[in-house]
Amino acid sequence: MPAVTETIDAVQSVTQGAYKYGFETEIDMEFAPKGLNEDIVRFISAKKEEPAWLLEWRLKAFALWKTMVEPTWPAVKYPPIDYQDAYYYAAPVKKAGPKSLDEVDPELLRTYEKLGIPLKEQAILAGVEGAGDTPAEGGRMPIAVDAVFDSVSVATSYKDRLAKEGIIFCAISEAVREHPELVRQYLGSVVPQGDNFFAALNSAVFTDGSFVYIPKGVKCPMELSTYFRINAKSTGQFERTLIIADERASVSYLEGCTAPMRDENQLHAAVVELVALDDASIKYSTVQNWYPGDENGKGGIYNFVTKRGACRGARSKISWTQVETGSAITWKYPSCLLLGEDSVGEFYSVAITNNWQQADTGTKMFHIGPRTRSTIISKGISAGQGQNTYRGLVKISPKATGARNFTQCDSLLIGDQCGAHTVPYIENRCITAKVEHEATTSRIAEDQLFYCRQRGLSQEDAVGLIVNGFCREVLKELPMEFAVEAQKLLQISLEGSVG
Amino acid sequence: MLKIEGLRAEVEGKEILKGIDLEVPAGEIHAIMGPNGSGKSTLSYVLAGREGYEITGGAVSFHGQDLLAMEPEERAAAGLFLAFQYPVELPGVGNANFLRTALNAIRRSKGEPELDAMQFLKVARARMKALSMPEDMLKRGVNVGFSGGEKKRNEVLQMALLNPGMAILDETDSGLDIDALKIVADGVNAMRGPAFSSLVITHYQRLLDYIVPDKVHVLMGGRIVQTGGPELAHQLEASGYGSVQAA
Ligand SMILES: Nc1ncnc2c1ncn2[C@@H]1O[C@H](COP(=O)(O)OP(=O)(O)OP(=O)(O)O)[C@@H](O)[C@H]1O
Ligand SMILES: [Mg+2]
Repeated sequence: MPAVTETIDAVQSVTQGAYKYGFETEIDMEFAPKGLNEDIVRFISAKKEEPAWLLEWRLKAFALWKTMVEPTWPAVKYPPIDYQDAYYYAAPVKKAGPKSLDEVDPELLRTYEKLGIPLKEQAILAGVEGAGDTPAEGGRMPIAVDAVFDSVSVATSYKDRLAKEGIIFCAISEAVREHPELVRQYLGSVVPQGDNFFAALNSAVFTDGSFVYIPKGVKCPMELSTYFRINAKSTGQFERTLIIADERASVSYLEGCTAPMRDENQLHAAVVELVALDDASIKYSTVQNWYPGDENGKGGIYNFVTKRGACRGARSKISWTQVETGSAITWKYPSCLLLGEDSVGEFYSVAITNNWQQADTGTKMFHIGPRTRSTIISKGISAGQGQNTYRGLVKISPKATGARNFTQCDSLLIGDQCGAHTVPYIENRCITAKVEHEATTSRIAEDQLFYCRQRGLSQEDAVGLIVNGFCREVLKELPMEFAVEAQKLLQISLEGSVG
Repeated sequence: MLKIEGLRAEVEGKEILKGIDLEVPAGEIHAIMGPNGSGKSTLSYVLAGREGYEITGGAVSFHGQDLLAMEPEERAAAGLFLAFQYPVELPGVGNANFLRTALNAIRRSKGEPELDAMQFLKVARARMKALSMPEDMLKRGVNVGFSGGEKKRNEVLQMALLNPGMAILDETDSGLDIDALKIVADGVNAMRGPAFSSLVITHYQRLLDYIVPDKVHVLMGGRIVQTGGPELAHQLEASGYGSVQAA
């Protein structure tokens, strides 16, 4: 089935009710013993057949983590996490080694099918008919997918096709084996082991994630994506993603995530590192749809994530787009280190909190090189008892002459039990730099809803339409197929929020 | 088709509609005139089901159904359309997307197949041409940055697309230039037929030269105080509301 049709099916399944991804896959799993200590770190490293340097790297991270405390500054509340009461490694039992699609457990294939994730490769030129509002320009390229199930990558599609261009797209554990020099050079170079509490934890116990390398001058011919699925009970997911765009390379990468509905809270502490060299560009899009918990605030994922990109090269560009609809708690600040001269950082974000969800999210833009530019567009939507905080830092060093930042933070409130907060930090140490900040807070106006309903739209469709309008500047940054999905998601996330 | 009996409504404890009796049979166009603040828009909102109005008495039947018991979108699906005196802006919502969503909602409720983007564009373009609307208005946010006259034309476009059985036009002529007035009137006249009725709220007799009403009602102080033929509008134009004696 072409990717587009798959996406549409997925969207349809999403629109038929609340959280549609809450099912659990019955499959034999292998776990590390519960709890966290040096032996667990060694266990994971051994499972992955890692070289000694990486075990050392992990152990150093673990030692750092033990000296750190959980951050308390985010505007989120949750009971203390017992780090000893979770599994740090859970993987489907399978034959070892890298896998072709044919070798993947059919139960897993069915899981991804159910989730609407196209794992099967199609012939590149198979007629992918344009669907949705805008007809595609010519035939659309398929999407290459790396599927991460709990602690391991279970399949990666289009690897061979991409390899022809010199592109490496594989599980990070595989990259450690196959491309150790690249991993060793870049791993932790953007987010060091001791960066923060959750990054240190991740560095110690990270299990899988994706690795991307785009060689000099190559424009990646298809969207790359990783789909994260937490399935096992009492298990944390600690994935690590590393993307490197060499000189003049460009890539668009998508990340999606879901989890079963459970009463317990599960921890997802990921680290994503991006590196863009001269004239390279990386577009990183996320549609985060972790299980948000039920309407009484029970269960849901704690999404404590460190994402950072380094624009190392001149004229390089890193663009983050995120649509955060899921998770009980979201704590993430995709950031850009603008080192190269004339480099560009962008952050486009939609964060929704409904029921008892809490989000403390935003970005950090570090302007270090001259004439660096950044744009921040953040749209926060709160409904129910949801709490939504934008927290952003724009820091301009004395050397960043002529740097520019534009920030716009808009909040939309639905109902009167929710909250929106904007916490911008600006540190400008360069007299020629220009920083602009705009912020608004609004409610869905009664006359807007009435106008839509008078035209025949249901209350929920009307809210969906208005919210999508509110988020338009961000949604238009998403690759088209994701945009359709994101629009539907926004609506579902707000179901029952009005009326 | 539309039958209003003894309708009373209040806003924030203040009675605005004080017993309205009005019947618009199928195929007829009735005009409502009346001084500022007399309750014309209130009547149109109450008929369309806007929140915040408390119905304190009376009944309204539409195609034999109890209109007041229906949700706003059910009224729309039943064929009731309101062209707003002050059309509402929806920032970020593309006009084309909005119009298509509305049209498909109405079509769904009638059991008709939905239109895809291409089919919709074809229909919309034809309607826009008839209303002399530039096509780029489809791309812009709903009513955002539209001039007063453009907003009114956009309302008429929606009416033409949704093809309602009953259209309430609340001062759709206000703010229109002379040419636009004629275009809009033509748009309404084109819909005239045995299955279309309309309540045209206006302050100006001139509109009624183009859309000739079957009846003219005068709404004052929350009541219909006088009803007549098209000549009543001329009479009001000449001597104002002072000449109307309370019924
Ligand atoms: N929400 C409200 N709160 C208080 N008073 C209201 C409210 N809405 C309407 N009114 C009052 O009800 C009365 C009727 O208003 P309405 O808008 O129906 O008048 P109208 O006949 O349409 O006037 P115009 O010709 O100026 O459009 C006015 O006195 C107005 O101030
Ligand atoms: Mg009025």
